Amino acid sequence: MLGLEKKDFTLLLIVTMMVIVAPFVLNPFPEGTAMAQMFNAGYPDLMQRFAIFGILVIGFNILFGLTGYLSFGHAAFLGAGSYAAVWMFKLLGYDIIPAILLSIAVSGLFSLAVGYVSLRRSGIYFSILTLALAQMMFNMAYSVLGNPSSSYNLTNGETGLQVYNSDPQVLLGATDPNFPHLFGLSMRSETHLLVGNWDFTLNAGYYLSGLFLLLAFYISIRIFRSPFGLMLRAVKSNQERLNYTGLNTRPYTLMAFVISGMYAGLAGGLLACMDPLAGAERMHWTASGEIVIMSILGGIGTLIGPILGAGFNEYFKNILSKINDSVLHEWLSFLPDGFEDIMVTLIHPFVGKGWHLTLGLLFMMVIIFLPGGLVEGGQRIGKLFNRKKADAPSDETPAE
Amino acid sequence: MSILEVKGVNKRFGGLQALGNVNLSVQEQTVHAIIGPNGAGKSTLLNCLVGKLIPDTGSVMFDGQSVLGRTPYEINQMGISRVFQTPEIFGDLTVMENMMIPCFAKRDGSFSMTAFAAVRNQKDIIEHAMHALEDMNMADKRHMHSASLSRGDKRRLEIGMCLAQEPRLLLLDEPTAGMARADTNNTIDLLKQIRDTRDITIAIIEHDMHVVFSLAERITVLAQGTPLVEDTPENIKGHPKVREAYLGEAQV
Repeated sequence: MLGLEKKDFTLLLIVTMMVIVAPFVLNPFPEGTAMAQMFNAGYPDLMQRFAIFGILVIGFNILFGLTGYLSFGHAAFLGAGSYAAVWMFKLLGYDIIPAILLSIAVSGLFSLAVGYVSLRRSGIYFSILTLALAQMMFNMAYSVLGNPSSSYNLTNGETGLQVYNSDPQVLLGATDPNFPHLFGLSMRSETHLLVGNWDFTLNAGYYLSGLFLLLAFYISIRIFRSPFGLMLRAVKSNQERLNYTGLNTRPYTLMAFVISGMYAGLAGGLLACMDPLAGAERMHWTASGEIVIMSILGGIGTLIGPILGAGFNEYFKNILSKINDSVLHEWLSFLPDGFEDIMVTLIHPFVGKGWHLTLGLLFMMVIIFLPGGLVEGGQRIGKLFNRKKADAPSDETPAE
Repeated sequence: MSILEVKGVNKRFGGLQALGNVNLSVQEQTVHAIIGPNGAGKSTLLNCLVGKLIPDTGSVMFDGQSVLGRTPYEINQMGISRVFQTPEIFGDLTVMENMMIPCFAKRDGSFSMTAFAAVRNQKDIIEHAMHALEDMNMADKRHMHSASLSRGDKRRLEIGMCLAQEPRLLLLDEPTAGMARADTNNTIDLLKQIRDTRDITIAIIEHDMHVVFSLAERITVLAQGTPLVEDTPENIKGHPKVREAYLGEAQV
């Protein structure tokens, strides 16, 4: 089906189902309860981030997962995509199609330039080169090209690029919504489904992002199973042998780099479509580091890993940062008074503003106990249930 | 007719003259061995042939074309395949996938952007790779991870991958180094079979005299970066200069 093997097609179907039912599954607790406040994740903002960061990490995985080249600068392409999209909103109007097309093209060009320079080296030197070039792009966006008083203010510096009423927006129709839209359907428009005490939100922006996620996932499966993908895996395995087998590795790695850069551009463009605003902090090197963390969390070089990693990271970031001292006191109120205070003090650094700490610990645990990421965790659980089958010879391909 | 012509090649590493005025001519469809004691410059010479090193002076002609200044993949596409001292294969891939890569290189050249065609639909490549595996008696191991093969099988696979490209010249760098006797004999048999059944020239660098004398038709002895003699195996065996190079000063 669709040019996929049965196993891959099943995987695509599962992800499609996940995208469709996410607004329901992620809202397991009825509205108004404390549990819903804390653990419900089925609201548009967060689900859009699941899908968009999923796209970003799927693209990153084509480079890092297949070729083993660890780029530390992919957030720069995300940022470039966002700026390109917001400029389209400013100049043409709120139609998202030109915005997304330009963000993919701009990021593609940037990644071609960065990749051309960085891929002359491999290993740690490649990582450092991408890091340095991306930080240069960040600084250009943050200060040099973002001075509001100069005539070439491309990024609007610290304030961030946004759409003003005075902008040309030459294609803006009279009836168009005053927000990014697809053929008049605003990305903000949503339908509420009220079932009992539950409130499910079906948001246009989320489903559009989800659609792009599925497209991105489908393309990544095709690349994984193609001769091109085989060559990329061979680059990771033994680059020297590949050279002595008559294959020029440079164009292969460069194409992988550009493809993953274009994925990042698409993600950046979509972020701007959901909220027409682009800031330089999106390009910071810590954001690049987060992409690396998400891809390792999910499982490097696996198909489904990037989606799991992005979802895991965004979800825990979200709930951990919501837990503050008063929530902790409420949860631990069953403990004796003095002991409760001690416990709250102990937990305090790990939640709220300290969410990085917990996420860092979780990341370390995954690296130590599940080097293959969440996908390996899933496989181990699967094996527990299929003990009998485990003895039979398996036909698994390495790039599951 | 000679397929490989090395003329006046010099290579220095700092103060060390690794190769000094090396002349070598490998005739088409022969097995030519290059022997010599440790540090004689055998590997340096080989690296000059495949584009890993560039000689300071001299020329290396393959089939009438210079290989100097070309990259390893270009030289490979000209028809020179190299087998490494420790088997270099794609350890993360299966045996079948390993074998498909040279088949793609043979069909599509040094780069091709086929990102949407599925590997499993490349009928001609699969057929070619299966055929190449059968030649090596490895078809039953095609689903194995190549990293889990035995040393001898890894060597077999590597040679098979080189042959799948149908090279005109096969370069072997100590193909039996570190092998058990049984594996060594298997490799000798394999190379004999290749020599007798294929339209191919083989140049082999070797330490093990047993291997050299059971395969080679011509032998060049290298010592301190310079060729001492070039002759048939029978004449090399008793040659005084060779004994001297291997055993030190000749006894008077």
